[in-house]
Amino acid sequence: MLVRGARLLDPRGRIDRTGDILVARGAIAQVGDAGTLEPPPGAEEVDAEGLLALPAFVDPHVHLRTPGREDEEDIASGTRAAAAGGFCAILAMPNTEPVVDSAPVLRSLQERACAEACIPTGFLAAITRGQEGELLTEMGELADAGAVAFSDDGLPVRSAGVMRQALQYQRLSGGVLALHEEDPTLSGDGVMHEGTVSALLGLAGIPSVSESTMVARDAQLAGDEDARIHIQHLSARGSVEAVEAAKAAGVRISAEATPHHLLLTDDDVRSLDTNFKMNPPLRSEDDRQAIVDGLRSGTIDCVATDHAPHAREEKEQPFELAPMGVTGLETAFAALHSGLVEPGVIPLETLALRLTSGGEPFGIAAPSLAPGSPANVCLIDLDAGWEVGDPGYESRSSNCAFAARRLKGRVRMTIAGGAVAYRERSFAIGAV
Amino acid sequence: MSRHLLSINDLDRAGIERILGRAESFAEVSGREIKKVPTLRGRTIVNLFFEASTRTSSSFELASKRLSADLVSIKEQGSSAEKGESLKDTIQTLSAYDPAAIVIRSPHVGAAALVARWTSASVINAGDGKHEHPTQALLDLYTLRRRVGSLEGVKLWIVGDVMHSRVARSNVLAFGRMGCEVTVCGPPTLIPPGFEALGCRVRHSLDDLGEADVVYALRMQRERMTGSFVPSLREYAARFQIDRHRLRGHQLLMHPGPINRGVELSAEVIDSPQALITRQVESGVVVRMAVLYELLTGGPPPGETVAGVPENASDEATEPQPA
Repeated sequence: MLVRGARLLDPRGRIDRTGDILVARGAIAQVGDAGTLEPPPGAEEVDAEGLLALPAFVDPHVHLRTPGREDEEDIASGTRAAAAGGFCAILAMPNTEPVVDSAPVLRSLQERACAEACIPTGFLAAITRGQEGELLTEMGELADAGAVAFSDDGLPVRSAGVMRQALQYQRLSGGVLALHEEDPTLSGDGVMHEGTVSALLGLAGIPSVSESTMVARDAQLAGDEDARIHIQHLSARGSVEAVEAAKAAGVRISAEATPHHLLLTDDDVRSLDTNFKMNPPLRSEDDRQAIVDGLRSGTIDCVATDHAPHAREEKEQPFELAPMGVTGLETAFAALHSGLVEPGVIPLETLALRLTSGGEPFGIAAPSLAPGSPANVCLIDLDAGWEVGDPGYESRSSNCAFAARRLKGRVRMTIAGGAVAYRERSFAIGAV
Repeated sequence: MSRHLLSINDLDRAGIERILGRAESFAEVSGREIKKVPTLRGRTIVNLFFEASTRTSSSFELASKRLSADLVSIKEQGSSAEKGESLKDTIQTLSAYDPAAIVIRSPHVGAAALVARWTSASVINAGDGKHEHPTQALLDLYTLRRRVGSLEGVKLWIVGDVMHSRVARSNVLAFGRMGCEVTVCGPPTLIPPGFEALGCRVRHSLDDLGEADVVYALRMQRERMTGSFVPSLREYAARFQIDRHRLRGHQLLMHPGPINRGVELSAEVIDSPQALITRQVESGVVVRMAVLYELLTGGPPPGETVAGVPENASDEATEPQPA
């Protein structure tokens, strides 16, 4: 395939030029000035003039709901949604039904992914059996079976003692521990951020310290054991500061933030729209600013969507009853481009870096446009405006935090491992 | 006026005044032997209570009947909700009867607002979780105004478990809107951070209670004791109970009921002439009649006097409004 005339932007490889990309045998075979490359006989030509070609994105935090809730998402629909968002690889969380806490469950998922996934999909395994926070899973066998990392995501590892043992055991098993940080005794029965809005609404709040105290605890434990941890979905200023301090102290720690925590606040929850209900919750404007600053500075290593599909009837309930979680794969780039890049809050280059680096904490190299790299490319029309949810979603669920918003920036095509994983329909017609 | 009453925020000061004035004219009707007016004849009102209630549900029932509406009362016990029917399906089912209004009490914040999205009926929030209870606030305003005349500049202290109280939220908004100076007071564990944003002061001791014109005590729920919000009811009562020593002679006392005698209020203040507690219950019916009237008839045309309407309810006002 020959992609003609796009603006090629790969900040990691210091590439920013207009040119052609020749994809052959799954790799970027050649990059040249616009109009200089000739397609091999029979190869498809894609006219990408006016489009932006970025290395495709990697999402380290996706809920594929398989096994157990295939009505909400399955591997095919979840990876299709990811590809539609410009992602060429995702990591799936193990909080399924049953939990991915044994090698047989993991292997069955890997087999299904081989058959159904349209982009490479890695699976994490649980840290504790049944995610109950008490007994370690067979981390060694799970790592041997191909678990990319370990996480009890959705739930914290409450016990500091169990956490310490997991960190110690990592020396044997390998595998980063990806941590959902929350102190359940502080969260209580909270359903949103504790602040003015929760006070006004009469909703039980989840204070910011519920997260930040656990980040600080686990950073200290990891430092003490010289273990490798990754902090999931930072939401609070105190958490960013704890990660920053730990990095400065030499702790092997990385962190992610979601588009919704980078763009929305508890003020949005005033509407009681259940598409603003997730865990950790949307926090204050001050917290949001800290997350944005952390993303800009690199304290936060990558963007993760925490794509969490939920059935419509479950979200169509009073706020307190609705489940936590929102979808985000299909809107991540457009939402962040519209909300952070266009207003000049962060440069496009920084956004490209943070969207492509999601695999790095787990030893997965970031996609690149350099010749010889695996062909992981997304083509984006930065000027294309669209309304989220119109005409629908690739995901099986529609509980998107950005539903009905007008965004700018549309993924036209995603190439993952040399194959076209997504092609916008209108774009396909135009290319004929 | 908005088609629904979901929050005190749906009403401006003039809207509140109109409802209070209307309630006064209904109070005259209540003094007659025949307490009914034909205003809502032929129209249906659904009372949907998903939570225990004595005062609110019975006063809405009486209000509907005195306005000659056809009333359907549904409690969670024995309803399809018990069989697992979702709120949305319950509302769509009831809406098929084309009710003029749905009155809903729910243990969940925002339930009334959700219902308003799913029905063409007018929706009245009769309490949604810990969020709001606007008709309670209106009857409290009505009761106090009957007693003191003007509400402007009245100093109101709301004392007790503010965190878990929808009455506190609606009353801070409502009394503030009518020009009162509102203070909430209770242990720090029972007042959510940021509560000042509703437009009130926050205090954690009764030291300055003497400045209040009106003391509004909230129900201290015994079930809260399990969450260590306060160390013990004994310590709570020692610090926050309104008794005859703390209640000054010039102060009025209010309470939304039901009361825990000997916890938030001592027996002697409940029975004192300063207490407006039974007046509050009495006001419930006429205020809820006024709310139903305002929402379902669209209020009087400009120029028509408030007092004249219930006596000779015009044909216009009794005509069903298109939903």
